[in-house]
Amino acid sequence: MPIEILMPALSPTMTHGNLAQWAVAEGDAVTAGDVICEIETDKATMEVEAVDEGVIGKILTPAGTENVAVNSPIALLLEDGEDASALDGYTPSAAPAAPAAPDVAVAPPAAVAPPVAVAPPTASAPPSASAPPTASALPTGRVFASPLARRIAADKGLDLAQVKGSGPHGRIVKRDVEAAQPGPQAAAAPSVTVNDPAFANMPAFTATANTNMRKIIAKRLTQSARDVPHFNLTVDVEIDTLLALRKQLNGYEGATYKISVNDFVVKAVAQALKTVPECNVAYTDEAILQFAQVDIAIAVAIDGGLITPIVKDAASRGMAALSNEVRDLAGRARDGKLKPEEFQGGTFTVSNLGMFGVKGFNSIINPPQGGILSVGAGEQRPVVKDGALSIATVMTLTLAVDHRCIDGSTGAAFIKELKALIENPIVLMV
Amino acid sequence: MAETNFDLIVVGGGPGGYVAAIRAAQLKMKVALVEANHLGGICLNWGCIPTKALLRSSEIYHTMQHAKAYGLSAEGVGFDLDAIVKRSRKVSRQLSGGVGYLLKKNKVTVFDGYGTLNGVGSQGRKLHVEKDAKPIADLTAKNIILATGARARELPGMEADGKLIWDYKKALVADLVPDRLLVIGSGAIGIEFASFFHTLGAKTTVVEMVERIVPAEDAEISALLEKSLTRDGMEILTSAGVKTLKKGKNTVTATLEVGGKIETREFDRVIVATGIVGNVEKIGLEGTKITVDRTHIVTNEWLETGEPGVYAIGDVAGPPWLAHKASHEGVLCVEKIAGTKGLHPINPDRIPGCTYCRPQIASVGLSEAQARDRGLKVKVGRFPFQGNGKAIALGEPEGLIKVLFDAKTGELVGAHMIGAEVTELIQGYGIAMELETTEAELMHTVFAHPTLSEMMHESVLDAFGRVIHF
Repeated sequence: MPIEILMPALSPTMTHGNLAQWAVAEGDAVTAGDVICEIETDKATMEVEAVDEGVIGKILTPAGTENVAVNSPIALLLEDGEDASALDGYTPSAAPAAPAAPDVAVAPPAAVAPPVAVAPPTASAPPSASAPPTASALPTGRVFASPLARRIAADKGLDLAQVKGSGPHGRIVKRDVEAAQPGPQAAAAPSVTVNDPAFANMPAFTATANTNMRKIIAKRLTQSARDVPHFNLTVDVEIDTLLALRKQLNGYEGATYKISVNDFVVKAVAQALKTVPECNVAYTDEAILQFAQVDIAIAVAIDGGLITPIVKDAASRGMAALSNEVRDLAGRARDGKLKPEEFQGGTFTVSNLGMFGVKGFNSIINPPQGGILSVGAGEQRPVVKDGALSIATVMTLTLAVDHRCIDGSTGAAFIKELKALIENPIVLMV
Repeated sequence: MAETNFDLIVVGGGPGGYVAAIRAAQLKMKVALVEANHLGGICLNWGCIPTKALLRSSEIYHTMQHAKAYGLSAEGVGFDLDAIVKRSRKVSRQLSGGVGYLLKKNKVTVFDGYGTLNGVGSQGRKLHVEKDAKPIADLTAKNIILATGARARELPGMEADGKLIWDYKKALVADLVPDRLLVIGSGAIGIEFASFFHTLGAKTTVVEMVERIVPAEDAEISALLEKSLTRDGMEILTSAGVKTLKKGKNTVTATLEVGGKIETREFDRVIVATGIVGNVEKIGLEGTKITVDRTHIVTNEWLETGEPGVYAIGDVAGPPWLAHKASHEGVLCVEKIAGTKGLHPINPDRIPGCTYCRPQIASVGLSEAQARDRGLKVKVGRFPFQGNGKAIALGEPEGLIKVLFDAKTGELVGAHMIGAEVTELIQGYGIAMELETTEAELMHTVFAHPTLSEMMHESVLDAFGRVIHF
């Protein structure tokens, strides 16, 4: 009876993944620990090791297959003594790898999750993932280290997985952790050689190898820019009322919050998406998915890239709670301490470059989300009111939407509602 | 004509040499072992083993003298020194024969004679073997291990004569228990003989140059041993020296300097136990790149001498002068020659030491003073035999187990014991050290009750303020 090799779950929340490539071919002998294939998730590419010994009898899921469900068989392993005839009559024990299209007729929108747990493109990898970790299809084996070595490593902030053991059977002992230096050893970027003739006549450069996060940002944003038909809608909103309200709220004695302009924007976006749910959508080839809840992803710059922590069900949050949560998420994002479920998902993204003085800008949509709002700086500008020139604090908002699921008039309805909410912010307080 | 070309020649059949030879044979080397006197070396024939046989007799004698304390009667308890010595020699003979059997079983070719390095030839290093000025063989090998051991240091004017002044060899085959015995030196050898003869009734005086006896041990252990021995009537003179020994007809007059004062005392016999010197003569070191420092061959941590293909292990390669250190070096050296992977030099801080006086002492690792000298902040745990049920039941309420932990890491850096059977307990801590356990694992370990070992647990607990039974 051949052994089924199953699609591993590389993170607790992973439901699907892409089979990037096979490291073995049918007929290859493998032993436990051999790398057999690479699985790509939204966060990283991971190597999968064989758990059993045998010969690869049949590859069921070809390289390049996307959205392979966790625990579906991807290959068959022949045990010692079995030959290819053992494969005859094999029927897969689990559902086919490709997920069925969501049954729009039956499934209520509320039950339709994003077809793949996709991290926002601006935040494709956890900040710490600087090298592809090796994942075993089974729980990874324990690190053998003496109790003393463990304690010294903990004191030094040393990751034992990065230490090579010199004791019996590779056990990590005191001398190993004493010799090792703290900090991820993998952080030393591999040296790269650039042979592209395009750079032949360019000035001297230093080449920094692409981190996994950088590779994924590049890949997914290219994919989005190429495959998603973007269009932009721009409005200027006056925020003097909002600033006054903010001042009043933050000035309240005993306030346990410090609400930012961006917090108002996030809240207003969530509220507007509630009012115009046709913009809280995702496009698939089979159906338009309209989400029952608004989860706002907020772009946060971190070392070496971006990450987008998510405020779940932002529309139902009070301003103070929302503001405090955003502050907490952004802080932990910069410290690299977000849990995967805190930056995966999200139905709509808010990106704010106002603090850099940027007047307005266009963003690239973060698939499979349907839209992203770019927030510029709030600045005093001359405005014409009742035929007379006056001064107001104005902020430029630019919406980018996926035209496959959101049309111009729908987008306009959303941004009109958004403008109305921001200019009458008291409504956000009810 | 016997085979003369080998992969490895080991010179010396003591616990370093014969163990190295057997390990090499296990690793498929063709091995010769050259030994002039007795397989098993000093350890087996004139050291560790026969002294343990003697001390067992004196221990039982002591227990019999105290039979009443156990509710037993033993009238007219006495001893026959000849029979005690005879038993000791028999034990040595039996074990020496055992070594011969082991070497044969492992197909090690044994040459009876003295080996001398004799340059390098086409087939490797050459070794000349002779006995009583007659050539026995000329051997060649790629590698040679020198394991020639050590012998008692002789002080000028105090040379052992085997009659009035004894070295350890003579003391092992003593023909009488002296009425008044002077032991010069309070290291392991001196203190064991002092203990043996004192138990058998000799009025014993121990003279030690430094300020405490068993100076290699933790100072606290030295103090407890001194207290115990003096209470039993032994005289201990520390910071003391023997200026001269003047031999009379059947007595020796010793001029002692104690605390700056000179005094003259008369003894019936003297045992000189003032350390050892390495056997580095007549083994062909002259003209080689092998260096000798204060009678010991200089090696690196892999036991390599200055001469390629020549190694030195055991007592001849320097302290600590312990059989188990020699054996371990023998194995390490041979495995290094064989190219075994994953080897590490011996960590001297993990070599245990045992002394079989009464009460016994045993230790491994750093003394408290050594630990502090290294700048370690230590947590010290102590547990007395008085608090241990098994010790009380055995009628051995005297003793202490002391442990030292690095306060920062929880590493067990030293253990020091005095009391009944501690020589059998110390290995528990030796294993803990080699496995690099911290206090946490030792605390979590379940120790059987009722045992003396429980004190090892309690001592660890005490270091962290958690002792239960005291």
